[in-house]
Amino acid sequence: MKRDALRAVAMFVLIALLPLAGDSYWLRLGTTMLMYGVLAISWNFIGGMAGYPSFASAAFFGLGAYAGAVAQKLGAPMGFAWALAGAAALVFAAALGVALLRLRGHYFAIASLVVAEVLRELVNAATDLTGGGMGLNLPIPRLASIEGQAMFFFYAMLALAALAFAAMLAAMHSRLGFGLRCIQQNESAADMLGVNTTLYKVAAFMLSGVFVGVAGAIYASWVHYIEPPDVFDVLYSVKAIVMVLIGGAGSVFGPLFGAALFLSLEELVWRNYLQVHTGVLGLLIVLLVLFLPKGLISLRRRTA
Amino acid sequence: MSALLELAGVSRAFGGLRALSSVDLAVQRGEVVGLIGPNGAGKTTLVNVVTGVHRATSGRVRFDGEDVTRLRPYQAARRGIARTFQIVQPFSAMTVLENVTAAALFGGAARSIAEARAQAREQLAFVGLEQAADRRAGALTLAMRKRLELAKGLAMRPKLLLLDEVNAGLNAVEMDAALALIRGIAARGVTIVIIEHLMKVVLSLCSRIVVLHHGELIAAGKPSEIVKDARVVQAYLGRRYAEAQPAHG
Amino acid sequence: MLVLQVLANGLILGGLYACIAAGFSLVWGVLNIINILHGSFIVLGGYLAFFAYSIAGIHPFASILIAAPLFFALGYALQAGLINRMIAAPVLLTLSLTFGLDLMLANGMLVAFSADFRKIILDPPLGVLSVGPLVVPVDRLTAMILALALTGLLYLLLARSRIGRAIVAVRMDREAAALMGVNVKRIYAVTFGLGSLMAGASGALLAMIFPISPLVGPAYLGKAFVICVLGGLGSVPGAMIGGLALGVVESFGALWLGPEYAVPLSFTLLILVLIVRPSGLLGKRGYE
Repeated sequence: MKRDALRAVAMFVLIALLPLAGDSYWLRLGTTMLMYGVLAISWNFIGGMAGYPSFASAAFFGLGAYAGAVAQKLGAPMGFAWALAGAAALVFAAALGVALLRLRGHYFAIASLVVAEVLRELVNAATDLTGGGMGLNLPIPRLASIEGQAMFFFYAMLALAALAFAAMLAAMHSRLGFGLRCIQQNESAADMLGVNTTLYKVAAFMLSGVFVGVAGAIYASWVHYIEPPDVFDVLYSVKAIVMVLIGGAGSVFGPLFGAALFLSLEELVWRNYLQVHTGVLGLLIVLLVLFLPKGLISLRRRTA
Repeated sequence: MSALLELAGVSRAFGGLRALSSVDLAVQRGEVVGLIGPNGAGKTTLVNVVTGVHRATSGRVRFDGEDVTRLRPYQAARRGIARTFQIVQPFSAMTVLENVTAAALFGGAARSIAEARAQAREQLAFVGLEQAADRRAGALTLAMRKRLELAKGLAMRPKLLLLDEVNAGLNAVEMDAALALIRGIAARGVTIVIIEHLMKVVLSLCSRIVVLHHGELIAAGKPSEIVKDARVVQAYLGRRYAEAQPAHG
Repeated sequence: MLVLQVLANGLILGGLYACIAAGFSLVWGVLNIINILHGSFIVLGGYLAFFAYSIAGIHPFASILIAAPLFFALGYALQAGLINRMIAAPVLLTLSLTFGLDLMLANGMLVAFSADFRKIILDPPLGVLSVGPLVVPVDRLTAMILALALTGLLYLLLARSRIGRAIVAVRMDREAAALMGVNVKRIYAVTFGLGSLMAGASGALLAMIFPISPLVGPAYLGKAFVICVLGGLGSVPGAMIGGLALGVVESFGALWLGPEYAVPLSFTLLILVLIVRPSGLLGKRGYE
């Protein structure tokens, strides 16, 4: 654990130096990568460690984005709005977890997938508060310059990613992580051994929600404008899964590695072909599932 | 002194099927009780009701002076009820040591993972699996997996250990070793209820035998009395005793 | 009287929904695979009917006959060539696989057909039928009858034909079926083919009633989910009951709450049902 923690510190320090090297393009890319990293790390709690195929990331992201945006619209300061978004996602994940984590397999996957749709429609319908389909404009932070703003959101996302990573590392080496691994292997046997499975699963689900909620709120402040189809996009859920699959589910650095690689692909290969963006993403998923279901990490073992 | 485990009028129905009907049973501290009966008699259901996997449709289960009728499995486990499964269920991708560590950590008294690991090593030594500590549990032979189940059960520091067909599928040599192990566990003062098809095992281990048939408790007593009981002979021994060793499960 | 009209609308809608869900439910029940492609197959069937009518003048009712073999072949090939390789993989992987395929297909359709909404406009129109105070458009009514007929045919196929019995046997107990000489992988391919056939055919019917676009695929997929949960998995009568129930619920939901709440209402219903009965309203009780 110490070695992993040291490596992680080194990595985050390196990432923190990125603004020195690059221009606003690299800064934007870095911020997006860290956001993806938060999505992937968060999914790892429930999907990788507990083994529940959650598609709820988009729900948490959208909820956080709207909670933060509405709070700011009502006059809350930005930092407070972000914290509020995290709290909203945490409470929502707890309630949702108690209800949905009794389901297994496909049923859980579908129910978690559908939650984002329901939230999106509700946000669409609650026009007074959210602006409905018209979207919502956020106040532009009073910071010195455009560059200063970009820098600010980059470091905000970096801090969040580091926090999420630290939480994951701590969880993996604690009772919680151990219990989740037992659940992932055989839930009823874990129960019989004294693991409070409901509590552990809900805890994992809450951890998978809270950081994504804050990421949504930071994203909303960053781009100044959100609309329901944008922040409740099911692709957030799918990308989170794909990134973890690329890196290897349940591993420590897998999610971050997957996020970096995924974003590189997205940026280099198919952002240039915007028309077929999702199609290429689909192809990537199919190839990944067919040939590398255990992630790129398995390549190392296979060749060794 | 009151009984460690007490079932009063316990029934359990699945849909219209009554798997257990008003079973009364008391297990005293330190006893080794054999639970026998033909296939489908409700033995595993009884274990499931005691461990909280199924909730009794009616009746009460008391354990160590406390009503445990409505507890969930993890709660029963933490109160000192451990079990092994008829079909062994290790966390197959984890190592043997991790399997037992989990039992010590979640079901036992260990306060940290390190402490749980130390306790797990003790139990592995007791069941003779210390050499296999770092092997993947899924890669063990059946006899070793049965031992692993025992080690997991013991790591939970149980007051009551329920052994569900722990000898099924073992050959004669493996079975003798398993019997010695169970005697060793009993000698530690752990109360044991053992479900078993093989009369030889039950007669050699148990101080008392209870017989289930069609979900009802039809007889209870010393092994020597049970083998003479007409109802038991008719319901159980008459058919099963003559048969060869039953297959798995 | 309004209530009666809404009920009639709901039942007509429900008949179409039953047809949408029957194939999806069959695949899920027999293969334990959720076919995320189902929604896009429906849309693709819709385009087939649209172009058959606008280019060749083939009536949408007749284009079902073209859609059926094409979609069966497509589904069969997909299952035999690709999905069979992953059939025993964990839920997450099979789900991701059909999800990835769906992203490709939906994207492909977007490039080929654009996101514009299109609808088959029959010339001359079929008009409306008045029964007492009720007014029913004939095209909708016919589409519903055809949808129910298709669903009924699927039921008969499963109940009576040799291949249907084999499918049911595989659903009940795969190992036993394999021991009795059933080629399980082939049955999987046939089942997936049938599921695709139902999607394509119902898409052809829907294109006459609702505008189609690659963007509506997920909405139909969502309805198929809801119906499966309402009606239970893998059974055609379940899909029939679930479809009719959803149609009626959506119609009354739109009447009482407003049309924008129809979708969240059905999804909320889905989640509620799952919470109360984790294996669906008519399904068997969950694991024990």
